[in-house]
Amino acid sequence: MSGDDATPAVGERRWVNWGLGGLAWITALVFFFPVFWMVLNSFKSEQDANTSPKLTFDPTFDRYREVTETAGGLLSFGEALMNSVVIVLVSTLIVLALAIPAAYALAIKPVGKWRDVLFFFISTKFLPVVASILPIWILARELNLLNTRLVLIVLYTAINLPLAVWMLRSFFVEIPRELIEAAEIDGARLRGQLTSVILPIAAPGIAATALLCVIFAWNEFFYAVQLNPVEGSTVPVWVTTNVSTRGEFLAKLSAASVLACIPVVLAGWIAQKRMIRGLAMGAIK
Amino acid sequence: MSTTLRPRVGRVIPPRTGRSPLSDSWRRRLPLLPALLFAILLTQVPFVLSVYYSFTDWTVVPPGPREFVGLDNYRELFRDEAFGDAIVTSIQLTVFPVIAALVLGTAFAVLLDRKFFGRGVVRTMLITPFLLVPVVIGLIWKNQMFHGLYGVVNWVIERLGGTPVEFVSEHPTLSIIITLVWQWTPFMMLIMLAGLQSQPSDVIEAAKVDGAAPFAIFRQLTLSHLRPYMELGILLGAIYLIQVYDQIAVMTGGGPGSTNVPYYVFQRSIGGGWQFGLASAYSIVVVIASIILATFALRVLSRLLKGEAAA
Repeated sequence: MSGDDATPAVGERRWVNWGLGGLAWITALVFFFPVFWMVLNSFKSEQDANTSPKLTFDPTFDRYREVTETAGGLLSFGEALMNSVVIVLVSTLIVLALAIPAAYALAIKPVGKWRDVLFFFISTKFLPVVASILPIWILARELNLLNTRLVLIVLYTAINLPLAVWMLRSFFVEIPRELIEAAEIDGARLRGQLTSVILPIAAPGIAATALLCVIFAWNEFFYAVQLNPVEGSTVPVWVTTNVSTRGEFLAKLSAASVLACIPVVLAGWIAQKRMIRGLAMGAIK
Repeated sequence: MSTTLRPRVGRVIPPRTGRSPLSDSWRRRLPLLPALLFAILLTQVPFVLSVYYSFTDWTVVPPGPREFVGLDNYRELFRDEAFGDAIVTSIQLTVFPVIAALVLGTAFAVLLDRKFFGRGVVRTMLITPFLLVPVVIGLIWKNQMFHGLYGVVNWVIERLGGTPVEFVSEHPTLSIIITLVWQWTPFMMLIMLAGLQSQPSDVIEAAKVDGAAPFAIFRQLTLSHLRPYMELGILLGAIYLIQVYDQIAVMTGGGPGSTNVPYYVFQRSIGGGWQFGLASAYSIVVVIASIILATFALRVLSRLLKGEAAA
């Protein structure tokens, strides 16, 4: 929240300011409504959810209990959560392990043609998933990797690597050159420079990068459902198992959806300012 | 590291004898190589394989031989009416959401680019849809907003005196477009907000002192400053939206008006068709469209990057 008002508005200007502020609030409330409604529905009984929209009801946690305790399909919530956590964390760590040295070679001691390399990385992000899914599926089948965590770890690393390189470079460029040179004179090699100077200074930027990788990996559905449709699958796939063709399911689906979205939404809310930069891909400040 | 001055960094310097085995330029490249190799292995190699598949006739289930057929798959592509429909749907599902999200996102960014009570909360609410799992976005819009009997949108329509609409089955394209606009507006808003906040304030102040009307300032100064950001938003949005899959899968599961090209590729291959050769040829079309978009996107990015270097 922004407390201090920089420009003291007078007379007519103040009313315009109030009006625009009010308009922003109304817009936000309308825009946010589907999320609010989803959370509300998750605390309803199926009977209250599957009727003409109503705001008053007896709130209950039963839907959360149902979706976490019973497995609608082959995949239980616990399994999906474990898969997601392992896949997302391991792939993000690999991304950082690959991207931090690469960003060093693009920002701090730039290789020749660093601009071309940077653009190569980002151009791989522009290659549509359909262009590679069929060979990857064939390969995963040949290597018996379908329905394993490993295949998604590798693919999510590939998805996030270009973005991480791009973002980390933009954070590394801002590190004062003198600090790195000082470490260099002290005889620090790459590893020493990284641990003593670069990582501490760029820590917030690295955290923002890691967070964005986590968000994209957590939300990914296409690879997860194509390559791991059954037991090796992740939370987004589990959400879809809560849709049933028989009987009412909206309240249960809402509870499952809230559970699936909470980690990323909370993380995104906390880090939104840094993410603004991240999403602008570091090229824009 | 060497302490001697090198005339030019980054050029391939012939290896010298009597020094460390790695020349300076290779030492610089070394940290880059793992990431570079990984990216090439996971993106370029499968792509080349896809191109190769696209020249073959290959049914995977039941397993059949892979025969080289040259351009037959690409000829088939022109005869396939369903593929034509998928292209039209792809264009609709890309162009309309990008434009609508950009317009809304710009409007939201302008509203947010001033100080008012609770601005942080408002921004938080506005970015939330972009953080949601896309599958969840599709499912909650279908089942709680668009539902024919209990949907909130239909409730509003009825209060306004209209008749309820079965959105997803009657207007599949529009339904998916609305969810995509909802998902992508925050992304556009963030990019435009970054643009607005990078605007030099002294120019605006000078225009105000000269007595320019707020709207004229917005149109003549702000919009021209925002142009590269708009271009970036359009291109990045288009590149992602051209390959939308999640919403289609959970809202309609494909069908007239909602099967875009990537979904069609999936239907003809892993989704049950198992014709990997033909499907690969179809996927190459998406790649070509993306390459065209990406070429422009990279040009815009490059311009912004040069601006950063100059600043």
